[in-house]
Amino acid sequence: MTLIKPGVGWYTPASFVSRFEPPAMSAPPRVPPPRLALCHITKRYPGVVANDDVSLSVQPGEIHAVLGENGAGKSTLMKIIYGAVQADAGQIMWNGREVRVGSPSAARQLGIGMVFQHFQLFETLTVVENIAMALEGRFDLAALAVRVKDVSEKYGLPLDPQRLVHSLSVGERQRVEIVRCLLQNPQLLILDEPTSVLTPQAVRRLFDTLRQLASEGVSILYISHKLHEIQALCHRATVMQGGRVTGETDPRNETPATLARMMIGRELPVCHAPAYAGEARAVLQIDRIRRISADPFGVSLHDISLTVNAGEVVGIAGISGNGQAELLSALSGETQGRPESVSIAGVPVGHLHAGQRRDMGLAFVPEERLGRGAVPGMSLAENFILTAHRQPALRRHGLLSFGRAREFAARCIERFDVRCNGPQSAARSLSGGNLQKFIVGREIMQAPKLMIVAQPTWGVDVGAAAFLRQTLLDLARSGVAVLVVSEELEELFEICDRIAVLAGGRLSPPVPKDQTDAEQIGLLMSGPQEQPA
Amino acid sequence: MLDHLIPILATTMAAATPLIFAGLGELVAERSGVINLGVEGMMLIGAVAGFAAALHWGVAGGLFFGALAGVLAVLPFAFLTLSLGTNQPATGLALTIFGIGLSAFVGQFFVSQSLPGLRPLDIPLLAQIPVLGPVLFQQTWVVYLSWLAFVLVAWVLARTRWGLILRAVGESPEAAHAIGYNVTGIRYAATCFGGAMAGMAGAYLSTVYTPLWVQNMTAGRGWIAVALVVFATWRPGRLMLGAYLFGGMTILQLHAQGLGVELPSQLLAAIPYVATIVVLVLISRDRRHLLLNLPASLGKPFISH
Repeated sequence: MTLIKPGVGWYTPASFVSRFEPPAMSAPPRVPPPRLALCHITKRYPGVVANDDVSLSVQPGEIHAVLGENGAGKSTLMKIIYGAVQADAGQIMWNGREVRVGSPSAARQLGIGMVFQHFQLFETLTVVENIAMALEGRFDLAALAVRVKDVSEKYGLPLDPQRLVHSLSVGERQRVEIVRCLLQNPQLLILDEPTSVLTPQAVRRLFDTLRQLASEGVSILYISHKLHEIQALCHRATVMQGGRVTGETDPRNETPATLARMMIGRELPVCHAPAYAGEARAVLQIDRIRRISADPFGVSLHDISLTVNAGEVVGIAGISGNGQAELLSALSGETQGRPESVSIAGVPVGHLHAGQRRDMGLAFVPEERLGRGAVPGMSLAENFILTAHRQPALRRHGLLSFGRAREFAARCIERFDVRCNGPQSAARSLSGGNLQKFIVGREIMQAPKLMIVAQPTWGVDVGAAAFLRQTLLDLARSGVAVLVVSEELEELFEICDRIAVLAGGRLSPPVPKDQTDAEQIGLLMSGPQEQPA
Repeated sequence: MLDHLIPILATTMAAATPLIFAGLGELVAERSGVINLGVEGMMLIGAVAGFAAALHWGVAGGLFFGALAGVLAVLPFAFLTLSLGTNQPATGLALTIFGIGLSAFVGQFFVSQSLPGLRPLDIPLLAQIPVLGPVLFQQTWVVYLSWLAFVLVAWVLARTRWGLILRAVGESPEAAHAIGYNVTGIRYAATCFGGAMAGMAGAYLSTVYTPLWVQNMTAGRGWIAVALVVFATWRPGRLMLGAYLFGGMTILQLHAQGLGVELPSQLLAAIPYVATIVVLVLISRDRRHLLLNLPASLGKPFISH
């Protein structure tokens, strides 16, 4: 392990120097130059240094991890390599020669392929049309479809070239992105958080593909914050924190604890879940919710039933796009149905709208923080009013009191450790983690009987994520029923008492956490449409 | 019976031609994600420019300068909406209002002048086919040109790389940008094509169809073209169908007026507009189908950073 201390130049160990310098023009290099070397890359945005003197190198055939939590500067660095963003300072060496990557197409010319975290695909086009978009040369979809089939079979990425992308599962969409890169014969493949939407089984298949590519000499840059994946897959890891490289290491010789210390400067925080002492009465009862989706990109719900008791956290696992949005809107009251389809503390509320359900003790935290959980341009105090305006404590003589809203917002900020400039700061000025703490806190302060949270820690830094998980656990143990919908299996196993899986619009029966494991849940998540071909 | 029907169908072809030109142009622009409500204004500018040019250079010159005027008229719209990211519907409305005013101002010099029009061009052999011959193959060459435009647009959209890129940009400009396409440039090209086609449609009205200049002579055809594109679910084949339906109803109501049907002529004149919209709404009822064809980014500005 090489820990780089701040202030000490990256190049201090003499052995590293040669890896970054171009080979002398006169003598032929004895060692092949690295496929890619970044030397002292710096990128500043107004108010923040996204990359501060970052250097790393990738050898041919090496799987190199870039590890760091949200906001560490990984994505900016990858955008610089892929030409989507230009660095303010520093050099990029490609196969020993200095290059300027001015645009994504220039990167592709060099042989750099990128698999985006948010897929860059066109839903209404077919697989082969999507791939044709990124390729040069003669336009012949029939011939290309044959090549797509060949490549996809060679690397174990089964694909039907003629399917429309909107009908594909998330895993299949990722295959389209990977095959699209592979058809350009890349020498370097960048994958940005590729496993965030995959089941454990699909992750293993992806790793097999990546190892096969590496054995053929393709270099791979693997961006992730998941420690065990990096240990399982990667040959080297560059760790970033706050825009700087904090270490370079062989992850196979490390433990998750040592990697975590490099990544966040301390041990990974753990949640503790005490047993619930109170009485376990049913608070949320979902009875055979059925919705036929009119939207061609939507999912129909098939007879979903579930009970959540006071004092427990129930998790709904599954990959987004399997009915999560539809189920959440049926629970929050954005769409209504039969009165008995949803009951809160024994009272049928299925026909009531969102505000009336809040009166019955429902609290709801949607997945999109900016735009649905909070209005970006409004202050925190105003955002507090948005879901709390029906609370008598916020009213005075029948009118809303902004003074009280500010008071409540200030208390929320203090109690839930929201880092901001006070109740008057705009929601969009907060980091993801702090805004999520505020939104969750706002709901908790309204003393709900039932709390429904979608993707509680999506895009949140490690510290805030741990705080949020512990907050939800404490809330449940105080006698509230908590339902968490999440894509992160580790998170669900950390805080849930029971876990169900939503796949293809169907909900599996919830299972106590200690009677199942990530493997089994992963199998349920893949559903019928994504079994290995 | 047939003696009446053949002239009606033959004139339908001529009446639908401006809608085909303007509609195809708007279809291409909307497929790239740009909704341009300035079609009516561009048609009027094209009509007056085409009329002026045709006085010296004949119909071909009229159509060419009509198209050129359409492009010049749409450039400010393109700059405002694509480079500066202004609201597309509002900017398009401004373009229509501007076009109505500008064409009326320039057109005052051409009032009471007239053009010889255009003689039909019989296609050898095909024109001799009974019924079909007089209807389809004894038309002016501009009608044949509109068919060529349809075939070209349909083929480019469905079968070529350009068409693929155009559709992709309309669906997800962010993704197209991320994989290295110049979204703004592609949208400029599509918008200018829309302007050229609308200008040509206007020039056809003033140099072949009427053929003279009358203030506000497009009479809402630009709006019908915009509506046709939407109700045709952005597909060229259905657009042709809608255009001929509208053309046919226009001619029919003229005949009905001539036969002395007991209805105010203003109501009769409204029939083609109502009938076309009703039929197209009925055939495009399927929401699923609509959403699959709708360019997802339609009307949304895209500014790359």
